[in-house]
Amino acid sequence: MNWWQRLWHRDAMEKQLEKELRFHLEQHTADLIARGLDPTEARRQARLALGGPEQVKEECRDARGTRWAEDLWQDLRYALRTLRQRPAFSAVALVTLGLGIGATTVMFTVINGVLLKPLPYLEPDRLVNVQEKTEKPTRWGSLWAFTYPNFQDCSRASRALAMAAWRYNGGTISQPGEAEYVDSREISSNLFSVLGVSITSGRAFLPEEDRPGAAPVAIISQNLWQRHYGGDPRAIGMPMVFEGKTYTIVGIAPAGFRLEGDEPDVLTPLGQNTQPFMQDREAHFGFRVWARLRPGATSAQARTELALVGRHLAEQYPKSNAGRSFVADPLGPDVEEVQSTLWLLLGAVGLVLLIACVNVASLLVARAVSRERELAMRVALGAGRSRLVRQCLTESAVLGLSGGALGIWLAGIGLRPFVAFWPGSLPRAEEVQVDWHVLVFAIGVSLASGLLFGLAPALRVPVRELEQALRAGARTVAGNSRRLHSGLVISEIALAVVLLISAGMLGRTLLHLSSQDPGVNIRNVLTARAALSPATLASPARIRVAWQDILERARRVPGVDSVTMVDTVPMREGNNQIGYRTTPAELPPDQQPIALATSVTPDYLKVMGIPLRQGRFFNDQDRSGREGVVVIDEAMARQAFGGQDAIGKHLWIEMGSDPVRVVGIVGHVRHWGAADDDPTQVRAQLYYPFAQVPDSYLRRWSELMSIAVRTSIAPLNAVKTLRWEVRGATSDQVLYEVRTMEQLASATLARQRFLLLLFGVFAGLALLLACIGIYGVLAYLTSQRVPEIGLRMALGASTREVLWLVLRQSLGMIFLGAAAGTAAALAAERVLERLVEGMQPAESQTFAVMILVLVLAALFASFLPARRASRVDPVQALRQE
Amino acid sequence: MSSKSDLPQGTLDLLILKVVALGPVHGYAIAQRLQQVSRDVVQVPQGSLYPALHRLENRGLLAAGWEETETGREAKFYRLTRRGRAQLEAETASWQRLTEAVGLILGMAEGGTQ
Repeated sequence: MNWWQRLWHRDAMEKQLEKELRFHLEQHTADLIARGLDPTEARRQARLALGGPEQVKEECRDARGTRWAEDLWQDLRYALRTLRQRPAFSAVALVTLGLGIGATTVMFTVINGVLLKPLPYLEPDRLVNVQEKTEKPTRWGSLWAFTYPNFQDCSRASRALAMAAWRYNGGTISQPGEAEYVDSREISSNLFSVLGVSITSGRAFLPEEDRPGAAPVAIISQNLWQRHYGGDPRAIGMPMVFEGKTYTIVGIAPAGFRLEGDEPDVLTPLGQNTQPFMQDREAHFGFRVWARLRPGATSAQARTELALVGRHLAEQYPKSNAGRSFVADPLGPDVEEVQSTLWLLLGAVGLVLLIACVNVASLLVARAVSRERELAMRVALGAGRSRLVRQCLTESAVLGLSGGALGIWLAGIGLRPFVAFWPGSLPRAEEVQVDWHVLVFAIGVSLASGLLFGLAPALRVPVRELEQALRAGARTVAGNSRRLHSGLVISEIALAVVLLISAGMLGRTLLHLSSQDPGVNIRNVLTARAALSPATLASPARIRVAWQDILERARRVPGVDSVTMVDTVPMREGNNQIGYRTTPAELPPDQQPIALATSVTPDYLKVMGIPLRQGRFFNDQDRSGREGVVVIDEAMARQAFGGQDAIGKHLWIEMGSDPVRVVGIVGHVRHWGAADDDPTQVRAQLYYPFAQVPDSYLRRWSELMSIAVRTSIAPLNAVKTLRWEVRGATSDQVLYEVRTMEQLASATLARQRFLLLLFGVFAGLALLLACIGIYGVLAYLTSQRVPEIGLRMALGASTREVLWLVLRQSLGMIFLGAAAGTAAALAAERVLERLVEGMQPAESQTFAVMILVLVLAALFASFLPARRASRVDPVQALRQE
Repeated sequence: MSSKSDLPQGTLDLLILKVVALGPVHGYAIAQRLQQVSRDVVQVPQGSLYPALHRLENRGLLAAGWEETETGREAKFYRLTRRGRAQLEAETASWQRLTEAVGLILGMAEGGTQ
């Protein structure tokens, strides 16, 4: 029989053991009788020879090796029975734990999906991200996106890496269906094979399609396939007009195929792009290069090889490639911006869970104290101490695991709403799922919590002075546990203080940031990116006319007061940083001052409500061919010209060779949002007329331009007419990313608001739990002191004195807890200041208010048991002894 | 009773294996056999016989089954498994080596030189 069978057939084995021993005794007795003993004596001697039957049986049971499992089973049943006997206690403990573990599990599930899971490609650990690297860092850092010629050379030369490239793009699909601006990527033909993603409908690009002049082909996303082709499998081979060019659809990307978090709708072969930058070794137009280590190759080999290729190219093309090499790093998800938020929240949730554990621990200790005599009795009857400790721990593990099960269930319910609630969109949200990592985590956390709160009561299992424990009334025993109880309450309060003060600091920060003037009037402004009709892109003259046309059409929309073009809308993603000089002399790169450059049309100030401080803004005379003019903001006026009068001064900016003249100074705009307008960012701002953008840049600039309109009606009500009006003669001009300035401004504080809300909820929860803890402990301690209180009252203590007696005890705990919590909150403040932009340093005011809130709540919680104590009837209390 | 010596540690298992090796036998008979063979010199505690038997059974050195005795009663009979036989041989050999060595040491002249 193996171990499992022995465990399983326990009852049968017991019977057989009994039978075997009975046989032995009877046989021995019979033999002794045969030798002439009388039956009674024979039975006695046989018994003596065998020894105590129960002891023999016990030893035989031990020999089975299933003992611990049987004990465990017994402990489990005992634990469940005790939990059922006290439904109120069990319910409070389970809900407390369930909430704590559930919240922690949700946070971990998100962290697991977003930060820990590998990328959803084949063998992601063999994928690398290859970048260009310059020896000397410039103001952009030392890492650069590839240029296309460099990619081609590296890809050809590398033995260790299979390299693929891709590039962001976007464009208008004008047929079939309604014109729509979609996200697209230009990819090298081997991208799918490098990533190990197979296309199930249709095929990937062929190498011969990855060349200039090849027939235009495209792969579309599942999503687009559904939207424009109704999921018809015959879509493969059908034409699609994208950016005015007719493509043949050759494949449909698998559902969920993503590049850096986005699911692009259209993929086109990169090599078919004939724009000049494809031949330019100095044009870093954002080519991403991802590569897979070939079988057998190591990343060290790849690095050596890339360095070698870099040296060769530097010799061959010194002008563009001197001091430039190539580096490969493991390819990982781009989740840096949410990382700190996630860990911060996990920390906060962890504190709540700790409080929950402390709470349950204090409840369990209270129960353990009342069971002290029972345990002492069992030790006296021969139970081993380790056996009793094990039993206590089994009980708390059962509690922990049941709480954990509840928590996992709650996490399952709460996960999706939480992800949806995330400000902006959570990167890799599609990866956030409950998987076995999460389950292991949740079970681990449950067991750890069970151990944590089970330890205190378990260690109270008596060893020495059994006699005393047995003889003592409940009174003396309670005295021993008072310190442990106070310790638990104090730590609970301290943890709650940390969360309360953190929430207070976040609240103050949000208030402060919301009250900041963004520098623009965000009311009634609508912004949208606009994609010109692809047909106009051929000549600069037509582009200028097309934009003029859009502005005029937009102005005619009812409810629209003024219209402007702008490339980088304040508080929206995107910026254009350029270097400038106040003298013609070149500057070393590290001393180069930088400004945010924005190209606009004359009505920009009017639409955005930016005040003109000095000089003038642009007018229709500022065209190409005229003198180049710029308008700067107050911050730049100070940065570039000190206190001197800036109007009429010249600037040399990185956009053309001729200097430009400053004609006006305007108010500063918080381009980076309310939270981020600090000296570590580029604050100087410089505006230049869109009309003066050189022809050679015009096509590229057109891709970046947005329009902004100031309305006299609610801005979102103007969207429909606006879209209709700007469609153009060929009805393929579309508006996308339509936002009001209010939405953009609010989005810049979304993270702070989100953190505040969650910290507020956690702090509230912590406060509630701490109050329940204080109430529970005081109620328990006070009930243990009833005889003492009765005695005091019999000796003449007044109701008020008794009230004070109890309150004094809790006040001591509250103040110690608040003091410890304040110290910890100072540390938490550091963390918050580092991780949250625009964090306001905590003031004593915040501390004072939050501690006051806590003290009041805690006092309220302790008042109830105190009042009960003061109403003790001395006669009854004394009889209780 | 007090003149009998206790069984050296670990030898009970060896003795049981040896007795069972002679043929299928029940627990009481093993106790009897041990007592007879050892001529009442060593004290075989009957109480530790059964735990030892069960331990050996669980380790797969003994196999057990219920059979009828000559008197027609059902008893649990033990027999040696193949592993048990191997174990018996190995332990017998090592026991003999040990006793020889102990005998040699005890047989040395008291003076230390021949």
